[in-house]
Amino acid sequence: MIGMDTLLLVGGMALVTFGIRYVLLPFSGRIRLSSGVQRALAFVPPAVLTAIIVPMALMPNGETIEIAWSNPYLIGALATAVIGWLGKRLLLTIVGGMGVFLAWKWILMAGWIGQ
Amino acid sequence: MPAYTKKSEFFRGARDSLPLVIGAIPFGIIFGTLSGSAGLSVAGTMGMSLFVFAGSAQFIAMGLVAAGTAWPMIVLTTFVVNFRHLLYTATLLPHLQNLPRRWQAILAFGLTDETFAVAVGRWRKGDASPHKHWYQLGSMVYMYTNWNLCTLIGIVAGRMLQDIAGWGLDFAMVAAFIGMVMPYLKDRPNYCAVMVAGTAALLFYGLPHKMGLIAASLAGICAGVMADALMRQRLAAARGRQKQ
Repeated sequence: MIGMDTLLLVGGMALVTFGIRYVLLPFSGRIRLSSGVQRALAFVPPAVLTAIIVPMALMPNGETIEIAWSNPYLIGALATAVIGWLGKRLLLTIVGGMGVFLAWKWILMAGWIGQ
Repeated sequence: MPAYTKKSEFFRGARDSLPLVIGAIPFGIIFGTLSGSAGLSVAGTMGMSLFVFAGSAQFIAMGLVAAGTAWPMIVLTTFVVNFRHLLYTATLLPHLQNLPRRWQAILAFGLTDETFAVAVGRWRKGDASPHKHWYQLGSMVYMYTNWNLCTLIGIVAGRMLQDIAGWGLDFAMVAAFIGMVMPYLKDRPNYCAVMVAGTAALLFYGLPHKMGLIAASLAGICAGVMADALMRQRLAAARGRQKQ
């Protein structure tokens, strides 16, 4: 993809993304959020992030759900959650989870665990 | 009592974003790396990181480019995938509404999942610092610089290391997002929200144009609200019994 199409693609994506992130702000003076809505918004980050993560971890090929030792994304995700639960340190969680994922991938490649 | 200056807020925002910056490094590199084989030009790849600045949407768009999808469909999919950011702006509305328009536009441009997660914690802290927007700016500038640098490294690396795509660097995003969810798992309504959002994401995965992401997010939010209401009701009932 080159030239005009790239320009339209990137321009369109940029416009749409900025639009979504900005559109409420000019009207903010006239928007009053009820306490019910504010309570609901508090669930936004965990719900959205989980909805992104779970398919990535359980369906790495994008087609079937793989609950198996041979799925390093699942093992890595579970390890990340455990580290996060125990340590409560974000950096440790990310680096540790990544380490377990890579180690598990390596173990699978070495053939220590049957497919 | 520490004094809050613009500079101290800016650097604190950057510092608090460090774990997420590190988490974004492999993700940004793999984006740059894969772009070549997906058929996205260097200008298109860099352009996305510079002007769109939305990691997961950029990945999905790249996949669609590889599949030969027409640009209007990719832009539509981007709209659906990034629609969640409307909820982020809504959440920050009470804090951003009194800022000058220029500030609003800049902060809106950089309102990624990561910067939102970091900044919302700062805005909700009780202190009266008048420079909290500098904290959010620090976070977004750090994330933005890093994201574009990593995209560039990925573009270069992708042309030198052919098999880097198979390393599984995309797991970094999963790890970073899990780390961001953990602090929310402190009460039952949040557990409900997460459980339902995760299950629904699997159920709705097949919906066209990644619509499943929005459906699952909404299902999770609804579950959280209902569990929250139920707990309040029980609490009120328990108090009622105590009074009698």
